Amino acid sequence: MKTELAIGVSRLRKSFGGKAALADIDLSVPAGSVFALLGPNGAGKSTLVAILTTLLRADGGTATVGGLDVGRQAAAVRNLLSVTSQASAVDEFLTGRENLTMIGRLHLLGGAKAISRADKLLRDFDLHGAADRKVSTYSGGMVRRLDLAMSLVRRPEVLFLDEPTTGLDPRSRLAVWNAVRGLSKQGVTVFLTTQYLEEADQLADSIAVLNDGRIVAQGTADELKRLVPAGHVEFGFQDPQDFGKALTLIRAERGNAGNNVNKDDEFLTVRVATTDSAAVITSVVASLSAGGCTASSIAIIKPTLDDVFLALTAKQEAKQ
Amino acid sequence: MTAVSLYVAHAGTMVRRELIRTLRTVDSIVISLMVPVGILFAFVWVFGGAIQSGGGYVNYVMPGLLLMCAAFGSSQTAVSVAQDIKSGVVDRFRTMPIAGSTVLAGHVVASTLRNLATSAVLLGCAVLLGFSPQATWGSALAAVALLLAFILAFTWLSTLAGLLLSPEAASGLTSITIFLPYVSSAFVRPETMPSWLQGFAEHQPFTPVTEALRAFLLGGDAGATGWIAVAWCVGLGLAGWVGSAVIFRGRRS
Ligand SMILES: Nc1ncnc2c1ncn2[C@@H]1O[C@H](COP(=O)(O)OP(=O)(O)OP(=O)(O)O)[C@@H](O)[C@H]1O
Ligand SMILES: [Mg+2]
Repeated sequence: MKTELAIGVSRLRKSFGGKAALADIDLSVPAGSVFALLGPNGAGKSTLVAILTTLLRADGGTATVGGLDVGRQAAAVRNLLSVTSQASAVDEFLTGRENLTMIGRLHLLGGAKAISRADKLLRDFDLHGAADRKVSTYSGGMVRRLDLAMSLVRRPEVLFLDEPTTGLDPRSRLAVWNAVRGLSKQGVTVFLTTQYLEEADQLADSIAVLNDGRIVAQGTADELKRLVPAGHVEFGFQDPQDFGKALTLIRAERGNAGNNVNKDDEFLTVRVATTDSAAVITSVVASLSAGGCTASSIAIIKPTLDDVFLALTAKQEAKQ
Repeated sequence: MTAVSLYVAHAGTMVRRELIRTLRTVDSIVISLMVPVGILFAFVWVFGGAIQSGGGYVNYVMPGLLLMCAAFGSSQTAVSVAQDIKSGVVDRFRTMPIAGSTVLAGHVVASTLRNLATSAVLLGCAVLLGFSPQATWGSALAAVALLLAFILAFTWLSTLAGLLLSPEAASGLTSITIFLPYVSSAFVRPETMPSWLQGFAEHQPFTPVTEALRAFLLGGDAGATGWIAVAWCVGLGLAGWVGSAVIFRGRRS
């Protein structure tokens, strides 16, 4: 892999009417890699994409794409990038094919080349059946796929995808993932935003979590997963009395690790956070029967990436 | 490729896009022709007896009808520009290595071509119904040039409106262009209007442009009115152009 930076962001700031949408963001994305920016609604993902794709001016800090400053060298930066924004950006009065050939012509491909390129993309994104229909008759997912195809008419050096799979069915989502993997193999740097950790896990070499305009975590998927407890064992009980007694027993049994024990009074469950669920089950069951009560259910709950996401973004909320 | 030829190539693609849109929304062309052609027919057939045919009144009213048609046709640009902004396609163009203003150039050139075509159709209908222009080659050329200037002025103003308004508001605005000619010298002389309207009618752009066009087409002497008409077109056109350029730079959907 090349070592130069495709995207470099340093102390980047942007506010809207006094409210900070981005507060001192630092990021670096090596050329040829896939980078995922995760964050909840309103985190500032689209704002960052708009700045990096020259649509919006930052209030402070610097941002470069391919080593060029997105503010001062915007025209040169536009030569390197393609973007699929969160809001669709297609011409609804044209057909899908006409949209694609128009973009081809704007990239000076020449008539014949623009047409054959459009044809290939229509097939790749499963739009050939609707190719000659006006885009205003397309479904939401079809518009999304066309929008993506339009970003790939010319192979960019850096591709920005703002929530590319939101609203797509599983099959189309896979098609997008495959397209991203294919481009990455060809050396294209991909910067994508998403709300789905699985997507980041599947595609990205590195991930940053953005919450309320700040980067709250950064690393590979595995590094992020290590940031939260590995899993839970959940013990369920029939009546409140058993539940109360069991809670005391489990807390006693866990000793120092007692803060890993959580209860739910409504559903009469006790959760023990652990990385070794077999050991927890063995010892807790033993101490429960010694204490004369039994659990009515035992479940092992594996952490999902969503837990990581929720934990990371909740931490920030708690701080405020 | 030089910067100029690059600009022309990009703008050409934008014009092509607009012309496809025009062909897909033929209804707006039909409407821009319907009102003036309807008025022509009404004068010739309904009032045909009262006003001698082949003569005076069709000749008197035709320049105003041409301008009414051109103004309405040009104002459709406001709707297309507003739709472009709303659909986000302009934002895509802005991230591409093309001058953003080629989008506007595409709208303006397409509008000009569209309006020259509808003007020709209207003129054809009028001739069939007894319109008999008395122009020399020189004054006919002046008439075409003035019409062109008028179309450009209204198209740039509409572009500005399209950048500022939603598609719905923009399409509401277009109907104003149908009514403005009524309070000008297009159909009746302002002297016959109530005095409170006269002042407006005499000083709004339709009146001098209509008068000048009438002089060019029917062999009168435009005199100072011709220059006032040109001044109006250049002034409105420049205001629309500069305004559009400024707003376009700062606009995001
Ligand atoms: N043009 C604007 N004017 C005012 N506020 C804005 C503007 N654009 C974004 N914001 C605000 O900036 C913050 C970040 O918005 P942004 O669209 O970047 O979030 P996001 O991470 O993309 O969210 P989502 O997942 O919902 O797309 C939000 O609080 C939003 O209200
Ligand atoms: Mg967003």
